[in-house]
Amino acid sequence: MIGAIIRRDCGRSWSHGAAAMPVVFVLLVSTLVPFALGPDPDLLSATGGGILWIAALLASLLPVDRLIDPDREAGFIDQFIVRGVRDETIMAAKLVAHWINFGPPLLIAVLPAAALLQLPAETLLRVALSLAMGTPGLAALALMVAALTSGLRGSSALIGLLVLPLAVPLLIFGAGSLGPDSGSALKLLGACSLLLVAMTPFAAGAAMRAGRE
Amino acid sequence: MGARGQAAIGKGGDEALRVDVQDIACRRGGRMLFAGLSFTLGAGEAAHISGPNGVGKSSLLRLLCGLLLPFAGRVSATGAMSLADDRMALDADQPLARAIAFWARLDGQAETASTTALRAMGLDMLADVPVRILSTGQRKRATLARTIASGAPIWLLDEPANGLDDRSVALLGEAVQAHRRGGGIVIAASHQPLPWQADVALALTAPAVDASS
Repeated sequence: MIGAIIRRDCGRSWSHGAAAMPVVFVLLVSTLVPFALGPDPDLLSATGGGILWIAALLASLLPVDRLIDPDREAGFIDQFIVRGVRDETIMAAKLVAHWINFGPPLLIAVLPAAALLQLPAETLLRVALSLAMGTPGLAALALMVAALTSGLRGSSALIGLLVLPLAVPLLIFGAGSLGPDSGSALKLLGACSLLLVAMTPFAAGAAMRAGRE
Repeated sequence: MGARGQAAIGKGGDEALRVDVQDIACRRGGRMLFAGLSFTLGAGEAAHISGPNGVGKSSLLRLLCGLLLPFAGRVSATGAMSLADDRMALDADQPLARAIAFWARLDGQAETASTTALRAMGLDMLADVPVRILSTGQRKRATLARTIASGAPIWLLDEPANGLDDRSVALLGEAVQAHRRGGGIVIAASHQPLPWQADVALALTAPAVDASS
């Protein structure tokens, strides 16, 4: 059952082109930044890592309104519950599927984005490493907020207001790990990410259950 | 959770098929919809829940399959349930046959189950048509076909004859009678007469005074 949910979510995300949205967004941001800051290579390579993290954070907002609402409205979530699947299990499966559609494409997008921002190879490696550890946390946060705002009218403004403050620790430790002596920041980033991943199935499941009453 | 219907649901081979509802009450939005409702259904029996709009027919079906928690009382069932309500739970961009096969596969049915179900509801000509272009009546029939294909012994049908033409109502009647001959249970909620004889008729009426307020 879990495998079926993951396969369905992944298949839909690819066939609708939703998985490409964060990638295009990150590439657009890294194209625009040199226009805004000027083409100075030193400035770009000094700020580029942080800019990529901000771009990743904002990109994680894009899929939020498609994660749960369409399935809930079409009755898919109800049908899984009727078959005895728990809300927490559905949300855990959705988290895995969302990360598969969000994390790896974003990591691939970082390569051309780093070239546009003229990042040195060492920084690129650190950005890729910190994003690999941070994207599960970003995906978890997106799913949790999607469950909390599911069924609300005009929730898209609310989504940004809920996700961004909660993502501050991820951003601090993620961008912090780009400088020298990055070991401890990476560990804290991993801890934040793990906490969010562990919490999300329960928080999102409880939100879905409360939403049915 | 232990007292809930969900916990008692099994695939039920040798055990006699039974739905047992004891003294359940449903309270939604601070208003008691119904209370003290009891009935028992055995293999091959059918129940018809009737009553005016908003009296709690759909809520009763959602209580039976575990989507809502009863305010009081308990529901127990010795077989898998399938719910056909106003939400199709079929992927809009997939061909009808494949969308129904998704659920049939999850329910452990053979490849032929969805074809048989489509034929039973007169939809075999539309097997390759994307779900999104179906008409209202065809959508209702597709939802019923999903329930037929699930192979679940207990059917919960919410307004099954809504939007169906005379021929489709007759097909629905035949499908329900075939299911009951095979030992299945059918619980239907409808404000209109249904083309089969019900063993249990439940007429829900709005409570005159809410005792708890």
